[in-house]
Amino acid sequence: MLQVYDTEITSRLFLGTAGYPSPAVLSDAVRASGTQIITVSLRRETAGGKAGGAFFELIRGLGTKILPNTAGCHTTKEAVLTAKMAREVFKTNWIKLEVIGNQDTLQPDVFALVEAARILSNEGFEVFPYTTDDLVVAERLVEAGCRVLMPWCAPIGSAMGPQNLSALRSMRAHFPDVTLIVDAGIGRPSHATTVMELGFDAVLLNTAVAGAGNPAVMASGFAKAVEAGRLAFEAGMLEPRDMAVPSTPVIGKAVFS
Amino acid sequence: MNLNVNGEEHEIACSTLAELMAALDYEGSWLATAVNGELVHAADRDGWRLRDHDRIEILSPMKGG
Repeated sequence: MLQVYDTEITSRLFLGTAGYPSPAVLSDAVRASGTQIITVSLRRETAGGKAGGAFFELIRGLGTKILPNTAGCHTTKEAVLTAKMAREVFKTNWIKLEVIGNQDTLQPDVFALVEAARILSNEGFEVFPYTTDDLVVAERLVEAGCRVLMPWCAPIGSAMGPQNLSALRSMRAHFPDVTLIVDAGIGRPSHATTVMELGFDAVLLNTAVAGAGNPAVMASGFAKAVEAGRLAFEAGMLEPRDMAVPSTPVIGKAVFS
Repeated sequence: MNLNVNGEEHEIACSTLAELMAALDYEGSWLATAVNGELVHAADRDGWRLRDHDRIEILSPMKGG
C-alpha cells in the first residue's frame, strides 16, 4: 500500500493521458495498467467547443483519481493560476506542479518551482512537484510543504531511462519518509523496474505507453515491471560480486576418478 | 466592448463574464475562467463585471502527461 498525501493506493504506476491514438485506446491502456491515478491538463476551449466536456466525461468514467498538471507554464504566476483553475474544474487539491525552465530539455525552473510550491501549499494544495534529482532543491521543496517529490530520470518524452542512478540513490537515502515518484524519461519497462528496485515509491509515465505499438499491452507490461521492481526492493537484493560462487553445493559431489 | 478571449479579440456587447460566455456559446461545468490573470469562480461569473480590454481565459480539461 502506498500513501500519497492522505490517500492510500495499491498501484504504483501513474499514467498520463496524452498522445494516444484515440480515446478508446487511452481507456484500454488505463484499464490494462491498473493505475489508480491519471494525469490531465487544462487548455483553452474554443468558443462553442465541447471537446473539453467530452474528455472530462471520458476520464471521469475511468474511475481513477485525477492529478491535474500545470504543463506548459514557464512562470510562478502562470503555474499558480493554472493550479487554481484546475482545482476549480477537477475539485481536487492535488496538483502536479510543472514550471518549465528550458525549452530544449523541458528541465524545470527549480527556482520558480519552489516559489510556486510554497504559494500553493499555503493555499491548501497538495503539490506533486516535477523536479530534478538535485538534493538541495528537493530540500527546499519539502520545506515549502511538499510531501511528494517527482524527480525526472531523463528529459520528458526522451525514453532514455535513468541517466543518473547515483543521484536517484542519494535522493532515496536522503528522503526516507518522502513519497518519491520518478516522473519523466522512462522509455521501457526495464527502466521502471530499475528505479523501483532503488526504492522509489512509484513511477509516472505517459509517452512510453501512449507511443507504443500496442499501448494497452505496454501498459500491462509496465504494471508488471513496476510491481517486479517493488517486490525486489522489498525482498532485498544480492549485491553484485566479482567472482563466481557455485549455487549448487559442492559437498557430497561424486568422485569418478 | 473590446475583449480578449483566449487570445482572440472580440468586439461584443455584454456586461458580465456570464453574459460573455453565453454570447460566445461557452457552457459546461468543466470550464474554468480567469480575468486579467485572476481566477473567477463559476459562482462569481454572474456578478463579475467586465471592462474594456479585459483579458479572459476560458480553459477546459485536456489530455496531459
